[in-house]
Amino acid sequence: MRRVVITGQGTVNALGMNVRETLSAFKEARLGIGALKFPDVERLSIRIGAQMTGYNPQDHFTARELAVYDRFTQYAILAAKEAMLQSGLKITEELAPRCGAIVGSAAGGLQTQDVAYREVFEDRKNAVHPLTVPRLMVSAAASHLSTIHNLRGPSYAPSSACASSNHAIGQAFHLIRGGSCTAMLAGGAESPLCFGGIKAWEALRVLSPDACRPFSANRNGLVQGEGSAIFVLEDREHARARGADILAEVAGFAMNGDAHDIVKPSRQGAAGAMAAALADARLDPDDIGYINAHGTGTRANDSIECAAIRDVFGPHAETMAVTSTKSMHGHLMGATGAVELLAVIMAMRDGIIAPTIGYQQHDPDCALDVVPNAARNGRVTAALSNAFAFGGLNAVLALKAV
Amino acid sequence: MNTVGASNHQTIESRVVDIIARQAMVGAQQLGVKSEIAALGLDSLGLVEVIFALEQAFDIQIPFNANDRRDDQSALKTVGSVVEMIIALLAQKNGSQDQ
Repeated sequence: MRRVVITGQGTVNALGMNVRETLSAFKEARLGIGALKFPDVERLSIRIGAQMTGYNPQDHFTARELAVYDRFTQYAILAAKEAMLQSGLKITEELAPRCGAIVGSAAGGLQTQDVAYREVFEDRKNAVHPLTVPRLMVSAAASHLSTIHNLRGPSYAPSSACASSNHAIGQAFHLIRGGSCTAMLAGGAESPLCFGGIKAWEALRVLSPDACRPFSANRNGLVQGEGSAIFVLEDREHARARGADILAEVAGFAMNGDAHDIVKPSRQGAAGAMAAALADARLDPDDIGYINAHGTGTRANDSIECAAIRDVFGPHAETMAVTSTKSMHGHLMGATGAVELLAVIMAMRDGIIAPTIGYQQHDPDCALDVVPNAARNGRVTAALSNAFAFGGLNAVLALKAV
Repeated sequence: MNTVGASNHQTIESRVVDIIARQAMVGAQQLGVKSEIAALGLDSLGLVEVIFALEQAFDIQIPFNANDRRDDQSALKTVGSVVEMIIALLAQKNGSQDQ
């Protein structure tokens, strides 16, 4: 079995238009959540989100490109560009068939759908844009990354709600570890911040009207975000041979299903996924210094996730850092695990733990070291990144420092 | 009892009972104002559906967040407290329309 490392990372999200800005935000405990701005927002009862307010598509893409790129695809392209640049990986004709792109997304081109429905139902138009289908398909981002970077190996889009990007990174890890691929672009992209997107979530009554406060006793729901993070995963020997800067090792991955409920999380499922990720990485619970939690800020997730962590880690649970960066960048749904992996790599490379901000009240059900409200120094040699999706689809990545 | 008369109160109550009974899959005659919502065996999604059905039936918006603690959801304790909440919200709506 081959060892798998990360040699490039890229992102756009509400905290920054690249990795440097995003990591600065983590270190400064900066809030990316604010008032949403899009048509008809006044008809929503939830009006906050982690929106990329300064983002202007025309600054990055031509009119022809924008005709075929939904926002979630745009975000993935920008993130992948940064990741590829950092990795220095050259996709030669020989290498191309052994490289691919796996980009998770929960909803794909939701904004394209929102616009098209408005046109036919509200504006009574009889036609929609001819590229509506290739824009909205959940696999569009993966296809464009494959095309742009000439990746001719396996490319597709896993969709597992909030675990999509962890599934994407985990599957890319498997392909390289098993020897069928040499390098992969993997991550997630999501752009749910439009009238229809928020309206549907609003109906489920789980969004917070004012803030994302993971693990805090007064937490009252999740806050949606948008953006993308993409990583270059590479066969370690290949990366070493070309002298690449290795950011971290993907040491293990586990995925399972709760077989339980379409919205409620399961302590057993979450614990099982974490334990299996540790076993896959041949790590002991005591090796883990940091968990980037799923930590949505809902009542159910946070207490069940903390209980599951205690089940797996025992007394060691009290000594490691467990934070939710969703408090800053919001919940990016199918891209959230990828953005959170940036914080995991930061902890191992820079020795700085990204905080859980918005923390106000102690909750005995979540009484772990959640690094409240300010980043902290800490030595981390191995870490987990949790994603527990609606419908009980769990995906946990285990990383090791290099 | 806010601004509604006794007969109107009766109508609202029977509509609320019908809606809750349908979601909880029990006979309407089994429900009274003292019936506890928590005892109806509704799961979290069932409760959200009850609230949605009430909102649609009365054209109101019910403030409800599934993340609130149970003890913060006192308006949803019994069928009777739900009826009182609906009456208050209808009065609020009619009041704001008068202005």
